[in-house]
Amino acid sequence: MCEVCGCGDPEIVAVEVRESLLEGNDRRAAHNREHFGRHGIVAVNLMGSPGSGKTAVLEATAKAMGGLRLGAITADLATERDAERLRAAGIPSHAITTGSACHLDAALVHRALHEFPVADLDLLFIENVGNLVCPAIYDLGQAANVVALSVTEGEDKPLKYPVMFRRADLVLVTKTDLLPHLPNVSLAAIEEALGKVMPAPATIPVSAATGAGIPRWIEWIERRRREQDGRSRME
Amino acid sequence: MHEWGLVETLLRRAEEKASEHGATAVRRLTVSIGELAGVEPDLFEAAWLEFRAGTLCANAALEVRSVVAEWECPDCKAIVAAGGALRCAACRKPLRLRAGGEILLERMELEVP
Ligand SMILES: Nc1nc2c(ncn2[C@@H]2O[C@H](COP(=O)(O)OP(=O)(O)OP(=O)(O)O)[C@@H](O)[C@H]2O)c(=O)[nH]1
Ligand SMILES: [Mg+2]
Ligand SMILES: [Zn+2]
Ligand SMILES: [Zn+2]
Ligand SMILES: [Zn+2]
Repeated sequence: MCEVCGCGDPEIVAVEVRESLLEGNDRRAAHNREHFGRHGIVAVNLMGSPGSGKTAVLEATAKAMGGLRLGAITADLATERDAERLRAAGIPSHAITTGSACHLDAALVHRALHEFPVADLDLLFIENVGNLVCPAIYDLGQAANVVALSVTEGEDKPLKYPVMFRRADLVLVTKTDLLPHLPNVSLAAIEEALGKVMPAPATIPVSAATGAGIPRWIEWIERRRREQDGRSRME
Repeated sequence: MHEWGLVETLLRRAEEKASEHGATAVRRLTVSIGELAGVEPDLFEAAWLEFRAGTLCANAALEVRSVVAEWECPDCKAIVAAGGALRCAACRKPLRLRAGGEILLERMELEVP
């Protein structure tokens, strides 16, 4: 009831909320991060366009990586193909079939963590849905965001999809073996575009086909792992 | 398409807030969407019109404020416009996004009987 005149109209109450619509996801991501931290797992959220070479990079990584215990969670819209490819490459993998969802979120990853034994892993790759927009918005609890950008996608992609690249800790420029066939694409142009959207640009050119650049990528992962180990010992 | 999920969250939170205050309807909602939030305001509003039926927001007005991206140096706090390298010219530090990444429910106007 309106207190001024008692007219019976409802009172209008203004409420300041200032709450992120991603808060629920961020809370669940923090919980996943605790899971990873407790088990000493470095989780890498691997994103990129459909067909940018995400699964192929992981296959090449499995071949070249010695010592670390790897696992993967893959987001497949309808099939388990990527998980099957990774298992064949020697990486225990769990498929999350997302149906029509255009990205993974922290709740989907959390459910996978309870269905798939990750406790004994050193490194968990989370291959996100192939999409250059939505996956960037959802924190999964990962230690690092890595984006696979293939040389055939064109060097303007970072400028067109700044939301994805601004959150990337590393961009793997993939399929570099194709560069000789692409006279108009140069690594320098790709790096220049990335410099405009990534505050701390970091790129490693790789080819899953020839294995070029894969050792540098593995070194990058191992450095992340040492950093995370150092941090958890300090806590 | 994730705009749909975000609108579902918005409607759920709006209903929770409304019942906390004993409201029978929501009259107005203000949402801020940053330029670098990865949300298409048009899709967001379309999803809003689609999903609000049957909720306390069925007749509510939605105001979407766009927030321009603003980068800042973590050290000297200088504000730098996007377009060039995202690094402070003075301190050489990578810039931090100060505004423009948010998707916020800012405020609501509730009808309380
Ligand atoms: N020449 C060349 N082709 C590659 C390379 N890496 C991947 N490809 C090809 O690119 C296509 C897509 O590779 P995937 O590894 O399936 O890409 P993806 O990003 O995992 O794809 P989605 O998961 O479906 O989004 C396949 O036909 C691969 O053979 C590479 O280094 N060089
Ligand atoms: Mg794949
Ligand atoms: Zn849990
Ligand atoms: Zn989406
Ligand atoms: Zn500075």
